[in-house]
Amino acid sequence: MGQKRLDTILGVALLVTMLVALYMAFIYAPPEQTMGDLQRIMYFHVASAWNAYLAFFVVFILSIWYLRRSDPNLHRWALSSAEIGVVFTTITLLSGTLWARPVWNVWWVWEPRLTTTLILWFLYVGYLLIQQQAEGDERQARFAAIFGIIAFINVPIVHFSVVWWSHLHPWVIRPTGVQMESEMFISLLVSVAAFTLFYVFLLRRRYSLEYLRDQVALVKEELR
Amino acid sequence: MNFLRAAGWIVWKDLQQERRTRQTLGSMLLFGVLVVVIFGFAFDPLRAPAEVERLFAGILWTTVLFAGLLGIGRSFAQEMSGGAWQGLLLAPVDRSAVYVGKVAVNTAFLLVVLLVAVPLFFIFLGQPAPAFPGQLALIVLLAAFGFVAIGTFLAALVHLTGLSHLLFPLILFPVTVPLLIAAVRASEAALATSPTGDVGWIGVLLVFNVVYFLVPLLLFDFLLEV
Repeated sequence: MGQKRLDTILGVALLVTMLVALYMAFIYAPPEQTMGDLQRIMYFHVASAWNAYLAFFVVFILSIWYLRRSDPNLHRWALSSAEIGVVFTTITLLSGTLWARPVWNVWWVWEPRLTTTLILWFLYVGYLLIQQQAEGDERQARFAAIFGIIAFINVPIVHFSVVWWSHLHPWVIRPTGVQMESEMFISLLVSVAAFTLFYVFLLRRRYSLEYLRDQVALVKEELR
Repeated sequence: MNFLRAAGWIVWKDLQQERRTRQTLGSMLLFGVLVVVIFGFAFDPLRAPAEVERLFAGILWTTVLFAGLLGIGRSFAQEMSGGAWQGLLLAPVDRSAVYVGKVAVNTAFLLVVLLVAVPLFFIFLGQPAPAFPGQLALIVLLAAFGFVAIGTFLAALVHLTGLSHLLFPLILFPVTVPLLIAAVRASEAALATSPTGDVGWIGVLLVFNVVYFLVPLLLFDFLLEV
């Protein structure tokens, strides 16, 4: 199947799924018992968070693969995934904060998932900076790949440390400890699916962009 | 050349360099003591002794992190002049030996600095001697090694980028968050200053040390490809 064909099908599927997800999140799903309509942030917050972790896992796999094969395409995919991952992480943090303020009465709390996500944000912004600052294409790719591996290995260690750390605090609030009604759960699943399609769609577009950039750079070199 | 021999030569080289220039050790030490003094002004042990006692472990490890940052950051910066870096790359040794050698030297430097700075901490911030000094010494040893192991690796990674001074702390700190948490909580138990201390955090330090020494050891070759 041609790449353009695939992109078109993906785009249409994304549009449909996202529209359905939006309908389900705002209209179909019932308002939550205590939080009311505010709780609907969850549909986007959870979907973003899941995709952030997915994106960084993809970076991890591609980084290992790149170190073995040195294929510049692998690096382009990894870079695209990392960038999108940072965007999703930012969305997760911001939407979480918006949710937290009315519900818990604070803008931030040192709860395990929030803390791990914050560290994640710093790690992958670092990844993007390393990629940007390294001199020479091959070095950029290699250093970024190495850091992509280090950063992902860090995630479970950070998570475990923070979980243990926060248990010693007198109050630990779990935002999704409630039993969900089936309508909410289905809405959540659809939302996650829509965002995952969104991730794949963005990934492909960003990869094409990076590929074209490199082609342009090559042509520039030849014309000199 | 045998791996350990090569690492040994790296250690000797860096020690010689330090002996001649006397840059790293002195500045790390001065910086560490200066930060203690700054914390003294900021947290005011005279007026708020109970708070200082409660936060003491945190103050201690924050200072260690910043002083360590300084020293480790230098360990590859000094290779940038006179083709020293190329010389290292061309040497017919297993490149991971360079990593091991650098880690050994940096750990030695940091431990020397801590040997002087940690007692000064107690003095300047007016704290009683630790309840379990042996435990504290073990924590310091483990945390210093773990910090140096990943720090040396990341220093090697960024020193060839354009923005190493900014980039190095930026990527080092998120990665060493578990180390910081573990060191502070374990130290609280050794100092017996806070009910949130727990000696079990030493386990986390051990895991951190193993992971962040082995992974860089495996990846260092990829780092050094020209």
